[in-house]
Amino acid sequence: MSSTNWNRDPKNSVGKPRRRVDARARVTGQVRFADDLSLPRMLHCRLVRSHVPHAKILGIDASKALARKGVKLVLTGEHFPIAYGVLPVSHDEHPLCNDKVRFVGDPVAAVIATTEEEAIDAANDVVVHYESLTTIATPQEALATPEPRIHTYGDAGNVHKKVHFEFGDVDASFAGAAHVFDDTFFYEGNTHLPIEEHASLAIQDPEGKLCIWSSTQTPHYLHKALAKALAMDPAHIRVIATPNGGGFGGKSDPFNHEIVVAKAALMLGRPVKICLTRLEVFYCHRGRHPIEMRMRTATDKDGNVLALDLQTLLDGGSYGSYGVASTFYSGALQTVTYTIPRYRFRGCRAFTNKPPCGPKRGHGTPQPRFAQEVQLDRIAVKLGKNPADLRLQQLAQPGSLTANFMRIGTIGLGACIDKVVEGSRFRERWGKLPFGRGLGLACSSYLCGAGLAINWAELPHSGVQLRLDRSGEVTAFCGATEIGQGSDDVLANIVAEILGIPPFDVRVVTGDTGLTPVDLGSYSSRVTLMMGNAAIQASERARDLIAKSVGEKLGVPPSRLVFANKRVFDAQDPNVGMTWLEALHRAESDHGTLGTVGSYRPAAPAAKYKGGGVGPSPTYSYSAAVIETQVDPDTGWIHVEHVWVAHDIGRSLNPTLVEGQVIGSVYMGLGEALMEEQVFGRLPPRLSNALVHKIPSILEYKSLTTKDMPDVTTYLIEDPDSAGPFGAKEVGQGPLLPMMPALANSVFDAVGVRVDEIPVTPEKVIRALEAKTKRYGPGEFPTVDWPEPLKVAPPWEGGDGTAQNEKPRKSKIAKDGTRIVTP
Amino acid sequence: MTDDTPRTSVRMTVNGEDVETTFGTHKTLLEVLREELGLTGTKHGCELGECGACAVEVDGKPILSCLLMAAECDGAKVETVEGLMDDARLHPLQEAFADLGAAQCGYCTPGFLMTAKSLLDANPKATRAEVKEALSGCLCRCTGYQQIFDAVLSAADKMGRA
Repeated sequence: MSSTNWNRDPKNSVGKPRRRVDARARVTGQVRFADDLSLPRMLHCRLVRSHVPHAKILGIDASKALARKGVKLVLTGEHFPIAYGVLPVSHDEHPLCNDKVRFVGDPVAAVIATTEEEAIDAANDVVVHYESLTTIATPQEALATPEPRIHTYGDAGNVHKKVHFEFGDVDASFAGAAHVFDDTFFYEGNTHLPIEEHASLAIQDPEGKLCIWSSTQTPHYLHKALAKALAMDPAHIRVIATPNGGGFGGKSDPFNHEIVVAKAALMLGRPVKICLTRLEVFYCHRGRHPIEMRMRTATDKDGNVLALDLQTLLDGGSYGSYGVASTFYSGALQTVTYTIPRYRFRGCRAFTNKPPCGPKRGHGTPQPRFAQEVQLDRIAVKLGKNPADLRLQQLAQPGSLTANFMRIGTIGLGACIDKVVEGSRFRERWGKLPFGRGLGLACSSYLCGAGLAINWAELPHSGVQLRLDRSGEVTAFCGATEIGQGSDDVLANIVAEILGIPPFDVRVVTGDTGLTPVDLGSYSSRVTLMMGNAAIQASERARDLIAKSVGEKLGVPPSRLVFANKRVFDAQDPNVGMTWLEALHRAESDHGTLGTVGSYRPAAPAAKYKGGGVGPSPTYSYSAAVIETQVDPDTGWIHVEHVWVAHDIGRSLNPTLVEGQVIGSVYMGLGEALMEEQVFGRLPPRLSNALVHKIPSILEYKSLTTKDMPDVTTYLIEDPDSAGPFGAKEVGQGPLLPMMPALANSVFDAVGVRVDEIPVTPEKVIRALEAKTKRYGPGEFPTVDWPEPLKVAPPWEGGDGTAQNEKPRKSKIAKDGTRIVTP
Repeated sequence: MTDDTPRTSVRMTVNGEDVETTFGTHKTLLEVLREELGLTGTKHGCELGECGACAVEVDGKPILSCLLMAAECDGAKVETVEGLMDDARLHPLQEAFADLGAAQCGYCTPGFLMTAKSLLDANPKATRAEVKEALSGCLCRCTGYQQIFDAVLSAADKMGRA
């Protein structure tokens, strides 16, 4: 009776709307976030950050700071000779800059003092001598300015990464097309803006080992980075991820401040804490890459896509971060929503002297999705079709492989489109509303976890351990990190469902590398699927142990036993059974101390070509949205009246949380669509000419308030997918993605202009209304010297997932088990 | 803070209990609550009065504790999220926030709860529009606010019937 199959119907807690297991702590202020922690003899750390964007460090004079009474230590780059980074291909950061600074905000020194105030004052006393270097503000400047190089690695000059794929003969498809659409788009960068500022507290524990509490989404990656950067045995490091006060991707990198306080605690033998200021959070960034795009699409006479040809130019900022993955992601998922027979993708990430960009909710996919969905709207208008029909006639097929070898699971996109079209009366009203009022439709899709881990190794991506106590309590241990999304509730819910006990009877211990099995972290919408499958395995193993004992005692075949309502009983006669506690005691007496483990690793991707490791996922979620706007043609002001959003969730494990993720995604997507932008400008030459953040405060970085947020109608489409736990897919990121194109399409329907740039601001609407072309957006896509394409034949042209012109790759296993593949 | 930092003492009522505390005169009420009194339920997101995470009730009115000097609070009656429960029983707002998914990460939640409490104390029959207006100084990055509005209105309904 081991391993029940996926489509079993949940009988207990799964699928019922319910207060999350950790709700009480959250509404009583009792969640202990990192900055809520303090310890006796605790010291405070303050970083000295560069005020120039690109310069050699000539010298650092800390004598005045060190002379202050409360100052215990000043650290500089000399203390940190070893580089680290989240991706194995871009270990390009030092906890404190070694030889040069690369953006305003790059940390060059750290002061550790008895009070926060003293640390701040002393940090102001540290004098750093710089020799300025030419600064690079944009990817276009980076392409034109190979010297000085911001980094000495990368594809060339200030180009970090260039990729070029061709799946089938795209030019031939264009040559034979009935229609060709060719548009350029720009998506401005924006940032996560978690309300909790990053904080960390490190100690040398009583045994002399390192322990750090930190607001991180990825304790496992921080663990690795600490071991490397501090040259320590990872067995002597414990990372505890405190609950994150919002993450959204912004706490996914191992950060310099985390490694600095760890080092200081080990040197001083005292607890050392840091809490970043809001300004510093803006400079930590790792947010949405600004991307310029050119999207060419060939269609037949009915608007069916024959081929896509996409170019992206990413502004990476000053470090690698997740940027190589971001570059691939700016093209990888264009094929999973609609049937795309042939596809060419060229992507380029450039270094600039700005805070590093990285993963934000949707990681690399919102930008090209915006381009694709706005262009589809154009195609519908040009061909006189309803935008919903244009999409419905060419949906990707469930269970199929795409042109770039992404394996699709179930697809609820058609149902999603039907729901939002019906709810908004899109067919009756689109194109027919009075001037100034409009409707826009857009769709999207997202990963349910990355199919390949960042550090390639044949190891589980998630592990769950269960301890079954005589009291009846079950403790579930997992390295997953609660960032607010409800992952602790998902874990308790799944264990409870299978063992037939209330979720509240499950204690969860998560995000602690010293106690919990590895889970790779709360990013890429991977936790529900991967942790969930590991939890199912561990729980079913526990259930089987218990069922064996109970079955023997009752004389009932174990496969006939039901676990529900804190009882274990015969499905054929519910009176024959025993309580959960009796069952546990029976099993413990038979098997000894009760504990089980479960783990999960995704199946090998179908894409075997180099670079095909980014994009594969166990399955994909789908979303569709219609946005209704009122646009004032005199002021350009956009008022969002209503949002209808449908999300293909596979199965809702806890609908209260799922709906919260959908509405939260709508909110963040509308913020990006309308106002959020992380933008930079140069100070006047008479000052430093430095490239600085224009609006590094919550007041000026506009986000939606309670009064800006429209009412949202949410539809959850449940079509269980065999890859997900109880058929569940992701929900944390997917529903954000249609917002930006749906908003832009709605503005077009309202006032007849195309704003091909995110955010769509009133000023841009006015400029578009004034323009002859009735458009606002970028002009020509910059000239990029692209490498030769990697040619991969699509599945329907005889392809097997390998590239026809790829040189064999060498791979080796590093000391820590990481597989390193080199071309 | 060094030995020569000017210090100030105040007496306040915090969550119904008399408190006397001495602190560096430069400290805000937020800092005194968190760092001197150990009441870490009140959060900070900017310390510039921009995010609303630090909202507490002072003399019955919602106040951003990061903008109020603690030295000005002598004699004040301060209510924080720690005082919202009635002994071990959750306040109706807390019940509604928990049941309806109005707290995701929970970081902004104390500020929303205290601001909503002030609203409902003054206006028990607040409309959805009034709730939106009253909470417009509090930012939440997780929820999209809708479940927060639902929770405040649901609590108001229950409090009205109690």
